Amino acid sequence: MTTLDLVLRAAAVLAAFLVLPLVVGQVEHKVMAHMQGRLGPMYAGGFHGWAQLVADGVKFVQKEDITPRAADRRVFRLAPAVALVPYLVALALVPVHPGVAAVDVPGSVVLFLAVTSVGALGTLMAGWSSGNKYSLLGGLRAAAQLVSYELPLVLAVASVALAGGSLSLVVLADRWTPWWLLWQLPGAVVFLVAAVAELQRPPFDMPIADAELVLGAWTEYTGLRFAFFLLAEYAGIVVVSLLFAVLWLGGWHGPAPEALGWLWTLLKGLVVAVGVIWVRVSWPRLREDQLQRLAWLWLVPLAVLQLVLTAVGVVVGW
Amino acid sequence: MTGQEQAPKDTRGRGGLPGVLKGLATTARTALRPSHTAEYPDVPPVLPPRSRGVIALLEENCTSCMLCARECPDWCIYIDSHKETVPATTPGGRDRQRNVLDRFAIDFSLCMYCGICIEVCPFDALFWSPQFEYAETDIRDLLHEKERLGDWMATVPPPPALDERAADPAEVTAANRPARGTGLVGGGGATARPPRTVRPRTVTRAADDEPSSEEQPPAEDPS
Repeated sequence: MTTLDLVLRAAAVLAAFLVLPLVVGQVEHKVMAHMQGRLGPMYAGGFHGWAQLVADGVKFVQKEDITPRAADRRVFRLAPAVALVPYLVALALVPVHPGVAAVDVPGSVVLFLAVTSVGALGTLMAGWSSGNKYSLLGGLRAAAQLVSYELPLVLAVASVALAGGSLSLVVLADRWTPWWLLWQLPGAVVFLVAAVAELQRPPFDMPIADAELVLGAWTEYTGLRFAFFLLAEYAGIVVVSLLFAVLWLGGWHGPAPEALGWLWTLLKGLVVAVGVIWVRVSWPRLREDQLQRLAWLWLVPLAVLQLVLTAVGVVVGW
Repeated sequence: MTGQEQAPKDTRGRGGLPGVLKGLATTARTALRPSHTAEYPDVPPVLPPRSRGVIALLEENCTSCMLCARECPDWCIYIDSHKETVPATTPGGRDRQRNVLDRFAIDFSLCMYCGICIEVCPFDALFWSPQFEYAETDIRDLLHEKERLGDWMATVPPPPALDERAADPAEVTAANRPARGTGLVGGGGATARPPRTVRPRTVTRAADDEPSSEEQPPAEDPS
């Protein structure tokens, strides 16, 4: 891998990291609006408000960057980066095209899971360091949420890794067959639910809970740092949707020439992202204890069951 | 009975699935329907014809009688007028006086759009107009004089058509009513003559020979 190759890959990942979350955000604006009988942004950029999020970004840059006096200064200022950067790393691991991932490491599944769990740490840091009771409550809720979604998430991904016999995302996507759609279905459902909880998106947005906690851990943030949290949220949707598309929906496999594989990956990811948005619009917020109940009584047993099913399948040779 | 009612409730609440799917279906159905958004600045709104946008003034009809200003609950109507003497048109006639409207202003920062002024105006000088785009950046600029109020007359819609079987308008019934006093005092002469105005009382009084001092006789008919 030459230096030029390295730079190109890094630039490509950075570009995707800056564009794809905005695309998802814009899709959320429009889809959510139409699901609520509205039109959504219509002015910014001219055509159906396509530049709304660019305009929002410009607005955020202009805002004053405030650090509250009671805040733990260094942690407070570091938290948005801790929330954001893991998703950048995770995005670099996702294979989009046959054999093409920005960073192709042997154990990319493990690295992916490890890195995405760090993202929640940003919320925790922000909640603790803000010196605000609502932020603290949000941070505590994020911590409580953490213990419910991590295990089913890992178990569901482990099932796919078992089925494909590899810990590399590229290899797993390569070995995917349509049979997995049925075979790995319980794990897919578990992963989707747990992933929405990890993203702190409705119906599991208790740490954010704008109506009761005033955005929880984000309360004290302004300007660019607040925008980073928002970007992290949408980058998280992108990353998780792409991972789901790669592991459960077969990534680049599709009825089209091989050269269009990347398009398939992105399209499948977009469908998953729209699903995440759809769920947000349709369902009310759960309580933290309801999520715990759901996770430990349904998700974990289901994921274990899936793991057993996969093991049986691998041994029998499905 | 109660046991039967309990059973379906339980499956819905505990299982959670039907309600959850119903929520998804509802949002999906809404997304496929046209949205309700009114793109107001680009597309003018469709307002009911009698909507209360602004009060327009037909200055010719105003007699400066001050009824509207006095009935206005928040005193937002300002009227200034003076009297002018109209010289007699016939030799030996009497000079008459009439009110000339100097100022008619409505302060729309005070107006609460109750419409009482329009209701009480005896001469149909005030009208509702559906025009509503007269916002100002300063509240003091909402005091509109009679020129501006008169401009809004162009936006006043025609009165709505009557229902199919509705009674005749009050003016028509009044005009078709047989003249007062038929067969009692003046003989049948008055019935043949159609009333010229919508105020039959004045017409019949004018038909009599004696000029009435307490009522306002028609100015151009000194018979």
